[in-house]
Amino acid sequence: MSAHTDLPVVDPDLVELATSVFADADVDGTGLDTALWDTLEQTGLARLAVAEDAAGSGGSLLDLAAVLVEAGAGAARVPLAETDVACRLAAAAGLDVPVGPLTFALDRAGALTVDGDTVSGTLARVPWARSAAAVVVLTGGSVVVLDPATATLVEGTNVAEEPRDTLTVDGASAAVAAAPDGAESEFALWAALSRALLLAGAARGALTRSVGYAGEREQFGRPIGRFQAVQQQLALAAAEVAAGGAAAGSAARVVVRDGVGAPTAELAVASAKVRTGEAATEVARIAHQVHGAIGFTREHDLRLTTTRLWAWRDEDGTDGEWATRIGDLVLAAGADGLWPLVTA
Amino acid sequence: MTQTLSRLPALTPPAAELPVRAEALRAEVREFLADERAAGSWTPRSDVWLSGWDEDFTRRLAARGWLGMTIPAEYGGHGASPLDRYVVTEELLAAGAPVAAHWVADRQIGPSLLRHGTDAQRRKYLPGIAAGEVYFGIGMSEPDSGSDLASVRSRATKVDGGWSLTGTKVWTSGGHRAHAFFALVRTSPPEEGKRHAGLSQLIVDLHADGVTVRPIPLLTGAHHFNEVVFDEVFVPDDMVLGDVGSGWTQVTGELAFERSGPERFLSTFPLLAALVGELSGADLGAAGRRQLGSLVARLWSLRRMSLAVAGSLASGEAPELAAAVVKDLGTRFENEIIDAARLLVSVPPDPGAEGGYARLLADAVLHAPGFTLRGGTNEVLRGIVARGLGLR
Repeated sequence: MSAHTDLPVVDPDLVELATSVFADADVDGTGLDTALWDTLEQTGLARLAVAEDAAGSGGSLLDLAAVLVEAGAGAARVPLAETDVACRLAAAAGLDVPVGPLTFALDRAGALTVDGDTVSGTLARVPWARSAAAVVVLTGGSVVVLDPATATLVEGTNVAEEPRDTLTVDGASAAVAAAPDGAESEFALWAALSRALLLAGAARGALTRSVGYAGEREQFGRPIGRFQAVQQQLALAAAEVAAGGAAAGSAARVVVRDGVGAPTAELAVASAKVRTGEAATEVARIAHQVHGAIGFTREHDLRLTTTRLWAWRDEDGTDGEWATRIGDLVLAAGADGLWPLVTA
Repeated sequence: MTQTLSRLPALTPPAAELPVRAEALRAEVREFLADERAAGSWTPRSDVWLSGWDEDFTRRLAARGWLGMTIPAEYGGHGASPLDRYVVTEELLAAGAPVAAHWVADRQIGPSLLRHGTDAQRRKYLPGIAAGEVYFGIGMSEPDSGSDLASVRSRATKVDGGWSLTGTKVWTSGGHRAHAFFALVRTSPPEEGKRHAGLSQLIVDLHADGVTVRPIPLLTGAHHFNEVVFDEVFVPDDMVLGDVGSGWTQVTGELAFERSGPERFLSTFPLLAALVGELSGADLGAAGRRQLGSLVARLWSLRRMSLAVAGSLASGEAPELAAAVVKDLGTRFENEIIDAARLLVSVPPDPGAEGGYARLLADAVLHAPGFTLRGGTNEVLRGIVARGLGLR
């Protein structure tokens, strides 16, 4: 049993700052919101939890967690999570990264071949690659910092219109270093935790919008939110938002407490990704049902959060993949080990 | 198409961590439970906080200092933190241990007496609660008052030195073995537009003259529920809990303690553990592992939410919205365990089995309807959430 200590409290001013920065952003465009990214860099939010000697702000993971939730709620068009994970991975391998937005790829399939300091192969669906100053790749036993300019890039998107590009390199030169032990599982967890936090925020954003709409939209002579049928649905959505938020926030705390390499962190992060993924499905369903036809159009802002819920639940490990992993942990623990596993 | 958005209220309190002390306590409780299991003193069951009445076990817990934990030492308790109590409680429930005898007294009567009781009332009951000798029931629902609790018709009229109580309470778990309960009764007639006024809580001795306790068998046929009928029962003035007319506020405060604890998601945990036992070593495909993993992800998340509410309650807050959410999600989760247990293992539920999977499953199936009813139906809880969201 790990020591439970008094954890630092998230700075409310920081959350306030993040909320206002994301609220002021232009949500209607596509691709990188360069104005927002500049603001994030100026305010120190862009590399909030990156060490100061690596050009970061030196904030805590809990601060970052709170900001990622706000970024998800605000449907921010920036690779905030990807930049953080990329910086962590490069730092773990002792590699430098350039300034600017970064992205991260976990090449489990071994699509990239590393030969000395040259790399070849194709990386599919790399988030924000077209706008990234560098792609930090974990492939086999290596960490690679790749300049996207050395690659052939085919643009693609996820269902939220976020860039998910395919990069092909053929003997491109790159900075390469050995990956630390356990990097693959740890960085899968970093990515899943970031995604869970974004999902928690997007779910809250969709609920906020739905509650607001239900209070304004009138049918049968009164706001639809006055009908018990609608109230019950929104209460169910609120429960999902609460569960997803608690799961993602608690997982961040476990990672702070025990470290990402701890067995407790694996169950915590996997649970958070599964729970936020399940919440995403239910919250998006209810949000659209409450909004009616207008929410189903590209003209309405509801899509900004619901399409992200649909995209993100399947990214950085689907909820199904992470649930299967938890199933394996549970079966390995056995009947008598289940409760100790859950309470560790 | 943009819309001005107002912020949602906080749906959960900040995440809480259990203190190191509480984790040391957990190890002690596990050792105790392992010894109990080895001695075969009880068989793990589903829904033990309703059905597992074992006064000897309750007294053994008391001897370890694990009842009345949050009651101050001057009233026979242990002055521990609610988070310490949380750890003991969740360990007992997860083990399927028989906790029903002391359940109501330990969970809500002790805290209510500390908040609203007189010194004399505390001295009369709290030492017995902490010793595992005094048991309580709940006297809220009536034949015509379930979700609409403010419509209770049990009536107390002022007489010399006290109150004369007439009416009927139902669903009083363990009422046939409990010493007393808090009855929510009308002490003045309902007024137009002020239906929550005029209600009071009386501490009623269940062995007093004029009290009749009649069994109401559950679907299993077992006797846990009771109807309690009062026929001009005399309740002395010093057995009014809190203020005359403040019953509604007191009861809703009591319910907040009732809604977010580990009993709201662990009622079928022994079945989940047994399911894992059945599946270990079996050739479970990816779909089964996924279903099992999804359940445990829910459990992990629910426990974290419940702990956050417990931390908030311990610091004197009353997170009504979050407590309602925990109960809605948690009691549905208790049912989801049953679905998985049925679908992943082909063993028909057997209420006649001595123990084992078939019996755990049978008890869970037959107790399940109660999970989403007791302590406020899930629909009522969603109404509370909707109000919190500003929709009503």
